[in-house]
Amino acid sequence: MSEPALIPVLSDAEVREIEEECAHLPDRKSAAIDAMMIVQRHRGWVSDESLGAIAHLLGMSVENLDSIATFYNLIFRKPVGRHVVMVCDSVSCYVMGADPLRKQIEAHLGIGMGQTTDDGRFTLLPIVCLGACDKAPTMMIGEELIENVDGEQLDDIFGRFG
Amino acid sequence: MAESQRPLTGIVDDVGGLVDLAAYEAHEGYAGAREALTGMTPAEVIALVKDANLRGRGGAGFPTGLKWSFVPQGEASDDGLKYLVCNGDEMEPGTFKDRYLLEYNPHLLVEGMIIGAYAIGAAQGYVFLRGEYHEPYRQLQTAIDDAKAKGYLGQNIFGSGFNFDLRIHRSAGRYICGEETALLNALEGKRAQPRTKPPFPPASGAWGRPTIVNNVETFCNVPCILRNGVEWYQELGNGEDAGTKLYGVSGRVNNPGLWELPIGTPIREIIDVHAGGMQDGYKLRGLLPGGASTDFLVEKHFDLAMDYGTIQAAGSRMGTGTMILMDDSICPVDMCRNLEHFFAQESCGFCTPCREGLPWVERLLTDIEEGRGKPGDLELLDRNAQFIGGVTNTFCLHAPGAIEPLASALKYFREDFEEHIRTGVCPYANNR
Repeated sequence: MSEPALIPVLSDAEVREIEEECAHLPDRKSAAIDAMMIVQRHRGWVSDESLGAIAHLLGMSVENLDSIATFYNLIFRKPVGRHVVMVCDSVSCYVMGADPLRKQIEAHLGIGMGQTTDDGRFTLLPIVCLGACDKAPTMMIGEELIENVDGEQLDDIFGRFG
Repeated sequence: MAESQRPLTGIVDDVGGLVDLAAYEAHEGYAGAREALTGMTPAEVIALVKDANLRGRGGAGFPTGLKWSFVPQGEASDDGLKYLVCNGDEMEPGTFKDRYLLEYNPHLLVEGMIIGAYAIGAAQGYVFLRGEYHEPYRQLQTAIDDAKAKGYLGQNIFGSGFNFDLRIHRSAGRYICGEETALLNALEGKRAQPRTKPPFPPASGAWGRPTIVNNVETFCNVPCILRNGVEWYQELGNGEDAGTKLYGVSGRVNNPGLWELPIGTPIREIIDVHAGGMQDGYKLRGLLPGGASTDFLVEKHFDLAMDYGTIQAAGSRMGTGTMILMDDSICPVDMCRNLEHFFAQESCGFCTPCREGLPWVERLLTDIEEGRGKPGDLELLDRNAQFIGGVTNTFCLHAPGAIEPLASALKYFREDFEEHIRTGVCPYANNR
């Protein structure tokens, strides 16, 4: 707590959840990934300010923490839309038409992979196999797995997410 | 009888969905753990699992009891700590078996881990769960909470004096986390780079302590061995291997899905009987038997039994047992491009053959697929396959696994590659 000014970046709830992880691990640094995922669940992404506060809380350098953050594809170091749309591009979905489906989704949302819609609703990302290959093609919107995605039903599918 | 022949999933059909604690206990749930903790020594449990001939269901097929026996008995390190870890990072493309177990029968995993922890003397366990598995997380966390409330986790389990705590680590992504030493680095909050081996995890794993890492399906096989014995378990399997296996089929079949069958069920039976055969208008050309990192099998292999030894003798691996079918509308070159794109992207970047070689292979495949292939490209792919596939050229088996589908495609579908280069067009382009 030598730099108390950094801590208020994180909410009480975030600090409490991170401390809960630390309490079950042999050392505080081991909670690095958990801590970033906790902050991301609260804020949608991990900003430089959040990163600095987490590093301070865990007693590690910001550079070290950022090298961990950038290794993992599910830790977002840029702001994302309200709903992150992840479209599977792995082999079973490929066999079942993932490539043309991706083009339909990009056209429907008017953005390409890695982009966010102007209204801030959706961020589009590719993802590896979602483990529902018998119901390919698949995608995930937020925490919801969507199976047997039909490119003709995109209005209905995306319409459910405000 | 259905349940006794399908100890992992029969109960799910009986219950009609999620098996909660009450339903699990009504089907002899936690009887195996009780038997182990109150009636057996850890060495006896290990010997039983060894005798049962349970082999790792994550892909490598290593004998589970033997692995457990590598952990030093008693107070192994200065502080006596040991860890038991479940690899629930199911990311092998085409694989969807562990998600089913986690979502529908999570207490089976918890019970299997209690038995494993007792066998190796671990007081702390972790389930390393992939980040996208939200529903499996909710079901498993509920199961852990319910088991804890009932005293099946925590202090003095079944009055045996044995303590075991179980927690879930939700991963932040990357396929390489499935490699067990990379997984341990991720569990420790670090970048998921594989470690040099030896030492192997049973000697020095998580936080430098003896650690066992097993797949979800592997742990789920343990309780029924304790409940019903070695002979019963071995009779479940066809041929050399013991027990059942979750087999899956994805691709253009009439009924894609997942079935618990005797291990060693023939490929053709899985596809024709369980998956309902190919859809009208599609012919099966080849398949990846156990996920993206296994060699293609073709027509002459389809009558083979899906077990470790048979598939290995055919030049591939049973892997995860969930097969991906390539029908005759799919371009083998483009399918390989898709596969190598995945492996190039998921390389941790530490070893040169993997970091540089796989993107090079992907570029060559993209060029060939898009009509820019040149004479000599196939020989270049052959050389790369040989070098990248050399198991001593890299720290871990990511690169050798990545090359398996390509090397086999170059063997079985070579005329497709040659035609692309010769004509400068993909003959399958109209199928997309």
